[in-house]
Amino acid sequence: MEIKPGKKRLNIRHAKFAIIIIFIVTVSGLLTSGFRSNTSHEKAWVVEVNNKDSIASVDAFMKVYQVLKSPRCMNCHPAGDIPLQGDDSHLHTMSPIRGKDGKGVYAMKCSNCHQPNNSAGLNTPPGNPKWALPPEDMKMVFEGKSPRELALQIMDYKRNGHKNKAQLLEHARDTLVKAGWNMGAGRKPPPLSYKEFVAAWDKWNNNGGVAPK
Amino acid sequence: MIKLNINNKNYELDIDPDTPLLWVLRDIIGLVGTKYGCGVAQCGACVVHLNGEAVRSCVTKISRAAGQNVITIEGLSENNDHPLQKAWVELDVVQCGYCQAGQIMSAAVLLRENKNPTDKDIELAMEGNICRCGTYLRIKKAIHLAAEMQRNGS
Ligand code: FES
Ligand code: FES
Repeated sequence: MEIKPGKKRLNIRHAKFAIIIIFIVTVSGLLTSGFRSNTSHEKAWVVEVNNKDSIASVDAFMKVYQVLKSPRCMNCHPAGDIPLQGDDSHLHTMSPIRGKDGKGVYAMKCSNCHQPNNSAGLNTPPGNPKWALPPEDMKMVFEGKSPRELALQIMDYKRNGHKNKAQLLEHARDTLVKAGWNMGAGRKPPPLSYKEFVAAWDKWNNNGGVAPK
Repeated sequence: MIKLNINNKNYELDIDPDTPLLWVLRDIIGLVGTKYGCGVAQCGACVVHLNGEAVRSCVTKISRAAGQNVITIEGLSENNDHPLQKAWVELDVVQCGYCQAGQIMSAAVLLRENKNPTDKDIELAMEGNICRCGTYLRIKKAIHLAAEMQRNGS
């Protein structure tokens, strides 16, 4: 059979196309296999995707949010540089300011009054060895943040104190976070128990750390 | 037994570790320059230096001071000649005097960390020291004068 010039050109184009496709498939195969140490990794990745439940995550965050917005957490995550005080979150008397490291300035450093433990008596300074605000270059403001804004902030490595997922999970176990439930006489506790808070925090994170709409 | 250093002297005290440092200073050691105002960290009358920081001795338990260095108004200078003490005398800052030991101890931390404080710096440092006689303006002036003396080495 006579091969027409047009037909021949078509075959060559097909061949080129096939070579390009093979090349792309090979290269992408090589590339992706480079990120995989073994096949079990691929399985783990699939499992993680299946585990994400955005509804459960958002649900858990809304519980977390109630705690973060309670005076016991928010008072030390103010929008300004002066901490808040009391169940009504008024500006801290004596107007102590954050300072570079979050530990106050000059004769007005947090630990001058806030001892390693709570002081005795009604409305006396609560205490913890780590008592401080977030530092000046990472203010981690809670005050005035909507649920969505706060969830996005906590999930943002650049705004959450450079914490990855494991460190975020760990953070709920931090002794200063825990101190929110050791509030001293004359102060309301956060709306969830510490145990319920940690469970909600973990559930939110383990289901993808999804921000509410 | 609790060991600590107060005004460069070593002490060993057989005492309840929850005793406030202020009680130890005034009632046990007999250093009564530091005053009791409120007892709940609200007034600043009881400020002393714990390793150089202006802690409120009424809420600081003696256990926190164990093995540490405490300086009270009596130990701020050898001959009552800290620039703040000289400036205080020169400008006659004191009215009744009750708050003044705490005022000077707080101001001393400011001057150590900031050799040339502005009015704003002074306000930030001194907000926690209350003076019922209202000597605030003279205190501010005296801190400026003391800073100047300190810079001039006098
Ligand atoms: S007596 Fe300590 S602050 Fe008032
Ligand atoms: S001089 Fe009287 S309280 Fe300050």
